[in-house]
Amino acid sequence: MKFSHAIVEKNVVILALLTLITVSIGGLVQIVPLFSIETTIERVGGVRPYTPLEQMGRNIYIREGCYVCHSQQIRTFRDEVERYGPYSLAAESMYDHPFQWGSKRIGPDLARVGGKYSNDWHVAHLKNPRAVVPESIMPTYAFLASRPLSVPNIQDHLKTLRTVGVPYTDDMIANAAADLKAQADPDADTSGLLKRYPKAVVGKFNTESPELTEMDALVAYLQMLGTLVEFSKLQPEDLHQ
Amino acid sequence: MSVAVSGGVPITAAQPASREAYVEDVVRAFTIATMFWGIAAFTVGVLIAFQLAFPALNFGLEWTSFGRVRPLHTSAAIFAFGGNALLGTSFFVVQRTCRAPLFGGALPAWFIFWGYQLFIVLAGTGYLMGITQGKEYAEPEWYTDLWLTIVWVAYLIVFAGTLIKRREPHIYVANWFYLAFIITIAMLHIVNNLAVPVSFTGTKSYGAFAGVQDAMIQWWYGHNAVGFFLTAGFLGMMYYFIPKAAERPVYSYRLSIIHFWALIFLYIWAGPHHLHYTALPDWTQTLGMVFSIMLWMPSWGGMINGIMTLSGAWDKLRTNPSLRFTVTAVAFYGMSTFEGPVMSIKPVNALSHYTDWTIGHVHSGALGWVAFVTFGALYYLVPVLWRRKGLWSQTLVEWHFWTATLGIVLYITSMWVSGIMQGLMWRAYDDMGFLQYSFVETVAAMHPYYIIRGMGGVLFLTGAIIMAFNLIRTVKNGQPLAEDRPAGLVAAE
Amino acid sequence: MSTHIEKDAHTGRETTGHEWDGIKELNTPLPKWWLYTFYACIAFALVYTVLYPAWPSLHSHTKGVLGWTRRDTVKSELDTRQQALAPIKAKLLATPIGDVEKDPDLRNYVQAAGHIAFAENCAACHGAGGAGGKGFPNLADDDWLWGGSPEQILQTVTYGVRNSNPDSRVSDMPRFGADGLLTKEQINDVAEYVLSLSNTGTDKAAAGRGAQVFADNCAACHGEKGEGNPDVGAPRLNDAIWLYGGDKATVVQTITYARRGSMPAWSERLDPATVKLLAAYVHSLGGGK
Repeated sequence: MKFSHAIVEKNVVILALLTLITVSIGGLVQIVPLFSIETTIERVGGVRPYTPLEQMGRNIYIREGCYVCHSQQIRTFRDEVERYGPYSLAAESMYDHPFQWGSKRIGPDLARVGGKYSNDWHVAHLKNPRAVVPESIMPTYAFLASRPLSVPNIQDHLKTLRTVGVPYTDDMIANAAADLKAQADPDADTSGLLKRYPKAVVGKFNTESPELTEMDALVAYLQMLGTLVEFSKLQPEDLHQ
Repeated sequence: MSVAVSGGVPITAAQPASREAYVEDVVRAFTIATMFWGIAAFTVGVLIAFQLAFPALNFGLEWTSFGRVRPLHTSAAIFAFGGNALLGTSFFVVQRTCRAPLFGGALPAWFIFWGYQLFIVLAGTGYLMGITQGKEYAEPEWYTDLWLTIVWVAYLIVFAGTLIKRREPHIYVANWFYLAFIITIAMLHIVNNLAVPVSFTGTKSYGAFAGVQDAMIQWWYGHNAVGFFLTAGFLGMMYYFIPKAAERPVYSYRLSIIHFWALIFLYIWAGPHHLHYTALPDWTQTLGMVFSIMLWMPSWGGMINGIMTLSGAWDKLRTNPSLRFTVTAVAFYGMSTFEGPVMSIKPVNALSHYTDWTIGHVHSGALGWVAFVTFGALYYLVPVLWRRKGLWSQTLVEWHFWTATLGIVLYITSMWVSGIMQGLMWRAYDDMGFLQYSFVETVAAMHPYYIIRGMGGVLFLTGAIIMAFNLIRTVKNGQPLAEDRPAGLVAAE
Repeated sequence: MSTHIEKDAHTGRETTGHEWDGIKELNTPLPKWWLYTFYACIAFALVYTVLYPAWPSLHSHTKGVLGWTRRDTVKSELDTRQQALAPIKAKLLATPIGDVEKDPDLRNYVQAAGHIAFAENCAACHGAGGAGGKGFPNLADDDWLWGGSPEQILQTVTYGVRNSNPDSRVSDMPRFGADGLLTKEQINDVAEYVLSLSNTGTDKAAAGRGAQVFADNCAACHGEKGEGNPDVGAPRLNDAIWLYGGDKATVVQTITYARRGSMPAWSERLDPATVKLLAAYVHSLGGGK
């Protein structure tokens, strides 16, 4: 067996280039088709960009590192479907920058937590998880309930998201600041908001503070998770990737 | 301390003027940083381990809650501890195996050192303040990523430049691995962190990718942070420190070629095994699984070359502190690179994913392989870099070795048991076919194992502190080398 | 440095003739077992990728000769399970909720399925075993806001309380203090009166004054003696069972701001049989009427 590897060992440029080519192949084959194969994202209706309040809640979810303990991805197993609800679709996270599927379930999956518990429960639970679930090992997030949500540049957030591909309309961006407040204001006219963002959950999420708080945003986000797709209307062929 | 005269050892009149000095001050700095960040990473790890057993240890503060501190632990372990070890040893190894001082001299190397420490501090303090991209092991925000890119490009230039300047006809295998690590991490880092900041005066950005594609790109990155940062780079380390300490030739040159190219080609494909049974399409999952299986032998090629190099020098395992750690590390490497392909098999992954089994697997690699090979390198490097006859205490090395090994055993066995138990409880059905356990019952069942795991972490941390003490003593009180010839000099041809 | 091939004394192998900082390499051939295992892994991979969906092009991917997809597999698993449950579910849906407990098959089904359905869906608020907590009613006692008959429980579980479902149960107690309907003194007095209904008051004079306030503002819903009214979700006030707390300060708080606890309409989330068995399960927890 005769090796002619010496050329590579003697020339840094050849070694570096061959290395770069070798390590590029796998990524190209696995990643590029995910963008170009149309069936990667299922043909299902209902998925929409996040409302400004939900998106800010999502940012808090990311900020607090919720993803290190909670997945948002129900796998294709009978036990997971029975425990959490229909398995997760790629379409459901198509506007998620970044995705938050998670890798660990120190706590339960949250892909379909939306609508499962009352707002009051979420507030009580986030303030002190062990007050409602004695076995819980989750940290307390009481500070969210009193901290005002202040996003003076909410339009910039939506515009940036539009730059990376979320289909926010001019109308959505123009009304971003108003929508942010209206979603958690029980006295507000939310008809415009609900037209722009169907199925948005409106109401005062954190009743302990009259102000708009970070808790409102986070609970608004949690309350919409997994609620957009009508699973009863899907056909098996809609789901073939 | 002058730059040209490394280590404060004067160039004696006997040395020819054409002799150049290796850049060693900066390697010493990386050595100290490795020890410092290692202890920091292990300490934070112990804290978060006990937070899961006793949630009161989150202290009710946002800055100390698990969700913010866990990324601090992972980044400190991988990028601060592992990264400083890789940068420092690569600078040490590349100079000696090329018989050439670092390209550009000491200044670029110091820029890389301080630039890298700044990256760590920016990233770590950011996490505690809630500044994160929310992608595992890629948490630093856009401005920290940009800074790291600059530092990394400088690193690539210095490393490749030194290879070009080499006075050996061939590039040594350790340097292939280091180079592959540097190039691939650059590629992964840049692509996975593509993002648009909301404002150039703010910290928040939104990543370029979404949903399923983002998931694939993240785990293409994430798995290869393991594959290239924690594997290829550390294999480079192994290829220097084991033959040096064993004073034996490397077992097989041919094996090193095949396993090098096979490893770097195959590793890149393994990412989707982190996304089995998710909304990632089946075809991608299939590829992730089969490439992980094909990766088994190339990984073991490194293990064979590490362990078989000892052939004829097994007795040194008892006497050489560096070798004892590096060889044990290779054994753990062999174990976790077998466990990894097993866990990538879909039916196994169905059970293991989302559970602590994964955490145990990661730590058999991180503690057993990455940390132990680093400890071995440190035990070798400190006497060499500070011109000492040997380590201050052999007994303390014994203590370090056994406390750390016991710590790893407690860690990985408790996580095996708890992870498999957790996975089985999630899918357990009663006689009538209904789920037997609620999720919260599985949380309660983890408690004792979380305590055992935490104690394993305490032992491992204790061992590292013993090492730091021993190494500091070696520097301060060790017997200086008698010879007056500075070890850091290289003869020009 | 020129190539200088040596023979290693220990292994008898030749070196490659290169040396780096004293490190040499042996030219040992690849271990056979290693090579063949590697080939076997590659062969396995190739076969597997022929059988299953694997290789992509830009617009499609190979489907695999088995024609397998994970989503079809889990669908058939779920369908099989649902078919097995179909008869008992049909029987449950056909049986009036009040008669479920009389049927041994249904009773077994409710207990087995209800245990996990309750633990995963209800226990987070109502506690393990339905013991409840502050703001979340105890389901194991005989005190019911919206009634404890099987039919009433089914109605509550199906449509929930104070949610967006059009059939949701709704009762909105006025915010007597926050909206200025009563003065602070009146609220203090009526709180004392309410406490006196369960013999936990301390200020008899205030309670005496509060009786009239109660009769004018509270009795319409809560009953003249505070016996409550499940038709409008008005809690009973004379049984020393409190949802938010029975100390004076909490009662004052409740009268001042009212309470608006809510519960999801589970029919929007769970199938009709699961909703019904949960109602039957809750009824069986100990407090059902």
